[in-house]
Amino acid sequence: MIEAMSPRLILLAPEMILFVAAVTVAILGLSKNHGIRASLPFITCAALIASIAAVPLTWTNENAQAANLLLPTLGRFVKPLLAGVGVLLVLLSVGSVDRKMEESVARGRMAFDPQRVVRGEFYAFFLLSIMGAMLLCNAQDLIWLFLAIELVSLPTYIMVAIGGSGNRNQEAAVKYFFLGAMSTAVFLYGFALLYGSTGSLQFLEIRSALAAQSAGSGIDTLATIGIVLILLGLCFKITAVPMQFYAPDVYEGAPTHVTAFLAFVPKTAGFTAMVLILSCVGWSGHTLIDTDGIRIPYTGLPTPIAAILWMIAILTMTLGNIGALLQSSVKRMLAYSSVAHSGYLILGLIAGATAGIEALYFYLLAYGVMTTASFAALAAIERRGEEINSFSDLAGLRLRHPVMAWMLAISAASLVGMPPFIGFFGKIYLFIAAFEADQFGLVLAAVLNSAISGLYYLKLAIVPLVAPPSARSEEVTSVPSRWPFIAAVVCGVGTIFLSAIAGTLIGAAKSSAQASPMVLTASQEALPTASTH
Amino acid sequence: MLLIWTSILFPIVAAFAVAIGPTKSAKWTAFAGTLASLGALTIFAWNFPAWHNAEHFPKTTGPSWIPHAGITFSVGFDTVSLLLALLSAFLMPLCIVGSFSAITERTKEYYGWFLVLGSSIILAFAARDAILFYIGYEFTLVPMTLIIAIYGGTERRVAAVKMFLYTFLGSMFMLATLIYIGWEHRLAVGAWDFDIDTLTKTATRLPSSTQYWVFAAFMVGFAVKVPLFPLHTWLPLAHDQAPTAGSVILASAMLKLGTYGNYRFALPMAPAGGADLMSFVAVLAIIAIIYASLICWVQTDAKKLIAYSSVAHLGLCMLGLFALNPVGAEGAVFYMVNHGLSTGALFLCIGMFYERYHTKDTDVVGGLAKRMPVWASFMVLFTLASIGLPGLNGFVGEFLCLGGTFISEHDGQTGYPGVLGPWYAVVAGLGLIFAAMYLLILLGKLVWGPLREPHDDAAHATSAIRLPQDLCFREIAILTPLAVACIWLGFQPKPMLDAIAPCAERMLANYPKEVERYMSQSAGTPLASINGKTSESRGE
Repeated sequence: MIEAMSPRLILLAPEMILFVAAVTVAILGLSKNHGIRASLPFITCAALIASIAAVPLTWTNENAQAANLLLPTLGRFVKPLLAGVGVLLVLLSVGSVDRKMEESVARGRMAFDPQRVVRGEFYAFFLLSIMGAMLLCNAQDLIWLFLAIELVSLPTYIMVAIGGSGNRNQEAAVKYFFLGAMSTAVFLYGFALLYGSTGSLQFLEIRSALAAQSAGSGIDTLATIGIVLILLGLCFKITAVPMQFYAPDVYEGAPTHVTAFLAFVPKTAGFTAMVLILSCVGWSGHTLIDTDGIRIPYTGLPTPIAAILWMIAILTMTLGNIGALLQSSVKRMLAYSSVAHSGYLILGLIAGATAGIEALYFYLLAYGVMTTASFAALAAIERRGEEINSFSDLAGLRLRHPVMAWMLAISAASLVGMPPFIGFFGKIYLFIAAFEADQFGLVLAAVLNSAISGLYYLKLAIVPLVAPPSARSEEVTSVPSRWPFIAAVVCGVGTIFLSAIAGTLIGAAKSSAQASPMVLTASQEALPTASTH
Repeated sequence: MLLIWTSILFPIVAAFAVAIGPTKSAKWTAFAGTLASLGALTIFAWNFPAWHNAEHFPKTTGPSWIPHAGITFSVGFDTVSLLLALLSAFLMPLCIVGSFSAITERTKEYYGWFLVLGSSIILAFAARDAILFYIGYEFTLVPMTLIIAIYGGTERRVAAVKMFLYTFLGSMFMLATLIYIGWEHRLAVGAWDFDIDTLTKTATRLPSSTQYWVFAAFMVGFAVKVPLFPLHTWLPLAHDQAPTAGSVILASAMLKLGTYGNYRFALPMAPAGGADLMSFVAVLAIIAIIYASLICWVQTDAKKLIAYSSVAHLGLCMLGLFALNPVGAEGAVFYMVNHGLSTGALFLCIGMFYERYHTKDTDVVGGLAKRMPVWASFMVLFTLASIGLPGLNGFVGEFLCLGGTFISEHDGQTGYPGVLGPWYAVVAGLGLIFAAMYLLILLGKLVWGPLREPHDDAAHATSAIRLPQDLCFREIAILTPLAVACIWLGFQPKPMLDAIAPCAERMLANYPKEVERYMSQSAGTPLASINGKTSESRGE
């Protein structure tokens, strides 16, 4: 028993590091010593970096095989991705949490009151949420999947509420929580149906059962409905239609550094969960050209599921882009842009094994860096102690904060897919994957949407760089902490630097996706399972 | 290889130097950067082994960038791309020097972006990898948008946004098409590859119905950039609002990316589509020529007039390309280079008088030969070159474009059948007569006639650098190389034409066959068959 457990435990080393760190920062946050409280974000960073280092040490092929995972190599790319972008996201939040209270204490206006500080909790929740997303990679069954994805979401509800100091934070948190709970109910219902149809909670067994069904008369309706409900529930995490409606309100209401977190971590977790669920179904006909050189038609996912994802993809990117066009608030615009990018990412899901999954994770990396760049630039400046919200706050930003104006422009260029920034390569790779899956229609939709997105991303670049300063933007100052500034510069440079090493990164994404048996060739899989059952 | 990368990367290095260096030396750093780029390219051209041999492509397969997608850093030139790259590199230092007095605010950014712009244009011409080409092609938009949006006239933001969106939309189609051809290559061979020659070979093997759509999608992308009627509406505004040097590069180098794209991608990759749509594009080109010429006739803004004349001239260039015979193609390529020289020079001239009078309205200013005799002589020279006066460079290209159109007939004796023929040439020739008219009217108002000057001493006094009445030494030094080039190419076009000819023939290699096929399929007039053609090729 212990021998069977040990490889699984070893694979969880990064999560354990994060958990220990989460407990530590929660306790240290209560310290009276200002220096210790100020060091919390850096302890968080150190833990994240340590967890990145732990992945290549522990996630060996033997361990992954022994752990009997559905996708044995997924974590090798996804965990460092989460922790790496996590480090940048921590830097964004430095100085924002408990800011008013810390300022009062520093000025001697009030004594330190451990009951009123939330900084320790904030970073603990931060780590727990990333830990939840990492745990998804180790999921073997639906229960684990459910617990992990809830571990991603629950801390974010609180982070929205306590991350800043405005009243809108609470409002956003409540909205986010209730709608999140609803989506959870939807996908839990999907789990139940899937269990009812396949008789198991284990991914590998579900996979065999579905293979047996598809070898027979096709995947049965109950399982299909279950999977569709699970996907719809997960649409909430990835801000896709029809669960995208909360995004603008919550993104706008949440403190900027938490918004950046929401734009990346739950999205990555949601997509990972989707990859896991869809891997149970499998993409068939993946070999484009067989040994005789005959082209095999790519059938991909079963028709109802593929059709639903297809509609979700098109609606998500279109609604996201059109919504973003109409915004005058930067954060709402970025929220809609996040919706639109989810639409592009679903291309990867539909294209599936394995090029699509590689492209999906490579794009998530690109998206994480470039969207964090834009949020970091917004987090690095403020107006009269309040967050930047409208475009008129940004007008002529270049005159007072040239570096942040340039970072906004760079992130906009990358988000729109302008070469040579990383977003361009992400998009190309998604298109390539979609072509491999014969999804010309989706590529065309994505191309048209990219063209629409040019309209509003251009605004994000032109307003800070070119527009004359307005009365509002004259009052924009930089925040006391330098770390959001540094995070913005790191991300901005990253969008260029990462495209220089894009080949290596894609190679990493490829190796993590390729070794995974994501492809279901019904005839091959069904036979052995039929004999075992 | 090393020299090519030097010419691409040196401006970028200089841009970094400008960014971190002091403001005072920015312009000289920029000048040195562009000169070094031009120098590297000139040395390369001097030793270029393939001036007269199109089959010998001195391609260098660079290091792999993204091996899984077959994207590499491979660069190399054929004669046409080398000529266009040389043209861009030649104009860059002139533009930088031309901006010394015009740009007085945010100079570091200006020169930095200008260097980046030059570098990405050369990259686009040098790229032998389709994605690398796209990177250069698309990235030119960023610096140009900023140059227009920051340093332009009163409507600069609208102009910049319009230019960006038009071109961006078009090039997204082009990108999708490139990836589609890469995909076809992947299907045929089993691996992704974006090498342009490989893609060309793959694409020409596609069925004609597919090639039709490939060609159409390419045309959407490149027609915006050329610009071809009816997608030209961004150009006059962008030119009008851009600072002088921006206009020069926009007209002389960036628009050439569109015609070069036709030469390098659309025409050779989809010959069946090219043959099918030949008359359609030719008609659009002729509409552009006539329509833009008529607008020029009533235009009182000198800069807008030159901008519209660009639309007309590039229409002629497209017509020459789509005559689909070597005469027309040679003429078109030759015209690309010469339009770059003469129109660039005209924009510089207009910029110089604008800096003195702060107006471009020909109703307000005129008779400047009396005030600025040196400027007036240059202006007359370049205008005549633009009109196509024999003995100057414009004539050769125009003549060959029209000649190519004229002989592009069913029973042409050239071995290159076509569907255009004398009528197309006659109507397009009307455009040339219009060109002579509106440009001479411009000259008549601006250079000759009674002296008219606006009383705008206030604007004069506020400008940071006070200019002498006539051209100063710096300005003469800018215009002289251009004038020499115009006259030299007018009298000695043969070396360049000889160099272009093999490339033009190589590009057209598949066309006689495809045009024959097209003509045998479509009885009736060429124009009437276009509509029928669409449904026909779908059904194939």
